[in-house]
Amino acid sequence: MSISLALVLEQTLNGLQYGVMLFLMAAGLTLVFGIMNLVNLAHGSLYMVGAYLATAFTERTGSFVLGVALALPATLLVGVVVEVVALRTLYERDHLDQVLATFGLILFFNELIAIIWGRAAIFTSVPQFLSGHFRVLPGLPYPTYRAVIILVGVAVAILLWVLVTHTRLGMRIRAGASNRTMIAALGVDIRLLYTLVFGLGAALAGLAGAMAGPLYSVQPGMGEAILIQVFVVIVIGGIGSIRGAIVGAIVVGMADTLGRAFLKPMLATVISPPAADKAGSALASMSIYLLMAAVLFFRPEGLFPARSRS
Amino acid sequence: MAISRRTIALATGGVALALVPPIAALTNQPFYVDLFRRMMIFAIAAVSLDLILGYGGMVSFGHAAYLGIGAYAVGIPAFHGVESGWLQWGLAIAASALAALVIGAISLRTSGVSFIMITLAFAQMLYYLGISLETYGGDNGMRLAGRSRFGGLVDLREPTVFYYVVLAILILFLGLGSRLVASRFGMVVRAAKSNEPRARAIGFSPLRYKLTAFVMAGSGGGLAGALLANQTEYLTPDFMHWTRSGEIMFMVILGGMGTLFGPVIGAVVLLLLEDVLSALTAHWQIILGPILILVVLFAKRGLFGLLVGPEARDG
Repeated sequence: MSISLALVLEQTLNGLQYGVMLFLMAAGLTLVFGIMNLVNLAHGSLYMVGAYLATAFTERTGSFVLGVALALPATLLVGVVVEVVALRTLYERDHLDQVLATFGLILFFNELIAIIWGRAAIFTSVPQFLSGHFRVLPGLPYPTYRAVIILVGVAVAILLWVLVTHTRLGMRIRAGASNRTMIAALGVDIRLLYTLVFGLGAALAGLAGAMAGPLYSVQPGMGEAILIQVFVVIVIGGIGSIRGAIVGAIVVGMADTLGRAFLKPMLATVISPPAADKAGSALASMSIYLLMAAVLFFRPEGLFPARSRS
Repeated sequence: MAISRRTIALATGGVALALVPPIAALTNQPFYVDLFRRMMIFAIAAVSLDLILGYGGMVSFGHAAYLGIGAYAVGIPAFHGVESGWLQWGLAIAASALAALVIGAISLRTSGVSFIMITLAFAQMLYYLGISLETYGGDNGMRLAGRSRFGGLVDLREPTVFYYVVLAILILFLGLGSRLVASRFGMVVRAAKSNEPRARAIGFSPLRYKLTAFVMAGSGGGLAGALLANQTEYLTPDFMHWTRSGEIMFMVILGGMGTLFGPVIGAVVLLLLEDVLSALTAHWQIILGPILILVVLFAKRGLFGLLVGPEARDG
């Protein structure tokens, strides 16, 4: 396999598309951590719930756009219920309790999904009107659906930026992140704010899951594979920082995708092809973790540490 | 002096474990030898995790990685015809200690939630490494060519013999652990947990102590992994799956964090619970999940605390 420029460009776009998915997940997780100081392992479950709900709604309504549009508020609702029922009591607990309790939630959700939809993977197809290719550059066709994901991700990032920096709610979110006690003392209903932020994070995770449906297989446990990569994103970017989540997501998305595409052929130019084949696939699946180790070695706080957290 | 509840509990537990094979033989239920051996192996893993989690305050979410390394350290030599248990188990301990050294040296630069995520991520990395080892079964894993051989000393193929070997290792491990925890080294690690700046102020460099404890815990996990490979006679990357790390962590919490014997009880109870629940329904995790949440929310002191009373700290 030779490496052509078109292939490099295509894989770069794929990396960007994966980075966008990671960002949608990381944004919610990092906000929840930054503001409520909560480690939520069950964030991946919301991604899974979003994917299943979108698939179910799409089947019911016959329209992919409507399916996704319905899955968003539904996932938000699931998130709010989870927050009110289970997570609210955890804010004051230490991280170990949070990790274990949300681990319990994961077991619960995976099994619940398996009971409702079964354990087998569900494959859905890209909707008709998004199934084609369009030409990014002359001689470089790119799947429309993946391009749409990139656009949606960029739009969400801009919306989120406007929300956090230019609205009253965003001001409260920022205030909550830097000093929780003070904002409560100033008369802001901190519990409501927490629920809102958690719901927002859930909806973003649901959006990522809904869009992931046609690309990857939808099955119980799908949330955890991406969740651990999202952890890598957050650790690289700096915990609690939206900017860090963006940069981390793009870096991890690129490293993972490009590593899988090009490590083998690049190694093959140095060592024998069969050896390169084995070493390449091992290295590619480990690449983002090695990257994380390297970043931490130089910057233990991540690339963009959140300024203040107490 | 009256015999304390703790001594009674420990003696009862020890005798009960020692009596499992004869009772199983009498009632013709060899399955229980297998089950309790498995429990003790996980108990070793849980105790080793508790050394850093309970005593050192290091919330490592990747302890299953060492289990996997230990298992592969038995499986890979066996695959190439090296059956010596001394070599395999030694390799298991050495390899997992080395992995813990590298992982610890990087992870301990951070603390709190980053530490949790990083240890989890490293375990996941090793999990993917296991999957990519196609010579050794890749995703599906491989059968163990045969249980470890120890010359004419012991024969692990004999279920009861293997059972008592595991029991002896567990007791040895607990004895070593209680010496370690009470030693000067253990004091420094515990001091670093309760107040790191103060430990530093009186002249200790906590990082080195914490890293040493991390490596010890890792090698304990590796030994448990070597035993587990012999137990199942099969090994797969699933030994390193992150849910396994969560399970070991839950054993520690369930039994009682910061105690040596708590994790043993935790391992026994959790595996018993899984056994009972999975016989009840295929969807047993939907019951286990909420149980886990309830334990975390309401019974944080653990079963050992309930059993032994408020003076449960066993040093």
